[in-house]
Amino acid sequence: MDMNVTFGGLSLKNPVMTASGTFGFGLEFAPYGDLRKLGGIVVKGLSLKPREGNPMPRIAETPCGMLNAIGIQNPGVEHFVTKALPSLPWRDVAIVANLYACDAREFGELAGVLSGEEGVAALEVNVSCPNVKEGGIAFGQDPAQIARVTESVKKRAGNKPVMVKLSPNVTDIAVCARAAADGGADSLSLINTLSGMAVDIRRRRPRIANVIAGLSGPAIKPVALRCVHQAVRAVDIPVVGIGGISCAEDALEFILVGAHAVQVGTANFLRPDFSFRLVDEIEALLGEIGAKSLEEFRGSLELPL
Amino acid sequence: MSLRSCRNVTVLEVAPVGQLKRPDEFFEIRLAMPDWDGWKPGQFIMIRPTSWDLDMLWARPFSISAADDESLTIFIQKVGRGTARIASLKAGDEVAVWGPLGNSFAVEPQTPTLLLAGGIGIAPFRGYVEQHPHPENIRLFLAHRLPLDCYPYELLSRRVDSRCMIEEQPCDLDRIIASMREQIAEYAARDGLILACGPTPFMRTVKAFAAELGARAQVSLENRMACGVGACLGCVTRDGDGHHAQVCTKGPVFWSDKVEL
Repeated sequence: MDMNVTFGGLSLKNPVMTASGTFGFGLEFAPYGDLRKLGGIVVKGLSLKPREGNPMPRIAETPCGMLNAIGIQNPGVEHFVTKALPSLPWRDVAIVANLYACDAREFGELAGVLSGEEGVAALEVNVSCPNVKEGGIAFGQDPAQIARVTESVKKRAGNKPVMVKLSPNVTDIAVCARAAADGGADSLSLINTLSGMAVDIRRRRPRIANVIAGLSGPAIKPVALRCVHQAVRAVDIPVVGIGGISCAEDALEFILVGAHAVQVGTANFLRPDFSFRLVDEIEALLGEIGAKSLEEFRGSLELPL
Repeated sequence: MSLRSCRNVTVLEVAPVGQLKRPDEFFEIRLAMPDWDGWKPGQFIMIRPTSWDLDMLWARPFSISAADDESLTIFIQKVGRGTARIASLKAGDEVAVWGPLGNSFAVEPQTPTLLLAGGIGIAPFRGYVEQHPHPENIRLFLAHRLPLDCYPYELLSRRVDSRCMIEEQPCDLDRIIASMREQIAEYAARDGLILACGPTPFMRTVKAFAAELGARAQVSLENRMACGVGACLGCVTRDGDGHHAQVCTKGPVFWSDKVEL
C-alpha cells in the first residue's frame, strides 16, 4: 500500500513521526532501527542558548502514562545544527526542528537560524512556555499570542514549512487551531502534554521537583483524539495527531478522525524499536481492515447525523 | 554492526535467593543471551516483559551481573511494582531487552582494586570479578542490612578477598563508615582503584572520603529511567562541570570527582 503522505509542505514516506522530547536527536535510536524507515523525526526542543532544564526528580510513572517536567534541557540550536544534524540521514527522512522560546522575537530568531539549514525539513513551534512578559500566561493558552508567535516564526522561516504544536490545556482547542492557521501555520500538531501532578503521601512531597508536570501516554489518548477531531473541523490546514499512540490501531484512530500523520511519543520508551515496528504494523492493519489507501481512509469517520 | 540491540528474549530461569530468612525478595534471573557483540561490567540492560499491558509503561534498568554465550544474569531485589512483576516472571516468558547500555567500570589489572558494595549494589561486581584477569588484586567489601545469603556474596568470596559488615543497629552504621574510611585510605596510599555501587548515601560517603583522602574512585549510579538510551532526560545528574548529564548514557559509572551527588 502506498504509505506516502504529503501535507503542509512536508513529504513523508509514511505517516509515522517521532514526537519531540521522546526521541532525542534521533541518533540515540539508530542502534535499534533504520532511521530512514520513519516518516519523520521531530527532534528534542531547541532553544537559542543551551538550557540545563529543571531539577530532579523530573519523571514519574502513572497509571497508563507518565509525568515529565524536563524543562527543555538542550544544548542549544547551534550545537544541533553543527553536531547532530550532519550525522542524521536528513536526505532520507524528514527532520523537523522543534522550537522553544519565551517571546515572539526569540522564536523568530530561532526560525532564522534554522531557515538556512538544508537538513531541516520543517519547523515545529512549541507554544507552551509560560510568557513572563505577559504575566505568566502560557503562549499556548492565548489565541492572540499563538497567532503572533506563528507570524513571527513564519516571517523568518524562509521556505521552511511551519507546524504549530498546540497545548490541550485550553478551554477551546478550535479557537487555538484557528489562531495558528490565521498566523500562517502550514500545519498543526496536537496534543502536547496535559498539565498534571503526582504526590507522595508518605514523604508528603510532590513526586516531581517542578511540582506541575506534563502527562503523556495512553491515558491521554481519548483527550488527544477529541482535540484532533475538533481541530480538523476548525481549520483547513492539515493536522498531525499526537497523544498516547501505543499501537497501530491507535495511530489509525487519529488518521480516521482526519490527521495526515501521527507523532509517537511516550511509546518510544516502551521499547526503543517501537516507532520502526509501527511503520510496518500500520501498513498491515490498513490492509486488514480493508482500507483502499491511506488517503481514502483519512478522515472517513462517519458521524451520527 | 551495532553494539546495542533491542530483542525479545526468553526467560530461562528465575531463582529465589536467600529464601531462608528473607523469603520472596531477592531473585537471580537468567535470560537467553541476545545477539550481542560483547559487554563490560558496569553496563546495564532495560527489561520490559512483552506481556505487560499499558498500565505500567516503563521498562526497568538492571545491572548485568554475569553473562556467558547462552545466558545473561541479573540480580534483583523487589522494591516496587515493577521489580515485583519482574520477579514473578517464569521460565519461558518473553521479555524485551535492550542493551548493553551505558559505560563500564575501569579495569586496571595490575592495580590494587577495592570494590565497595552497598546491599544490592553488589550485582555488577560479580561480572567484574569473573572477567578480571587478576582477581588476586581485588578486595570486595559488602555493607548490607539483610542476611548475607540474600546477596551473591559467597560466590564472590570464593574468587576474591572479601569482607562484609551488617547494619542491624544504628551504631553499626558508624562502624561501617569507619571501615570504609580506613579501607579508602589504605587504597589511596597504595595508589589503588576504588569502585563503588550502592544506595546514594553510600555513594556520597565514598565520594567524600575519596576526595578527602585523595583516592581514585568510581561510583555507579542508579537513577529512575524511562528510556535507558539518553532520550527522556529523566535520569540526569550533575557532572563535574555542574551540567545535567544522563546517567544512562554518560554513566552509570562516574569518577567520584566528576559528579555531584
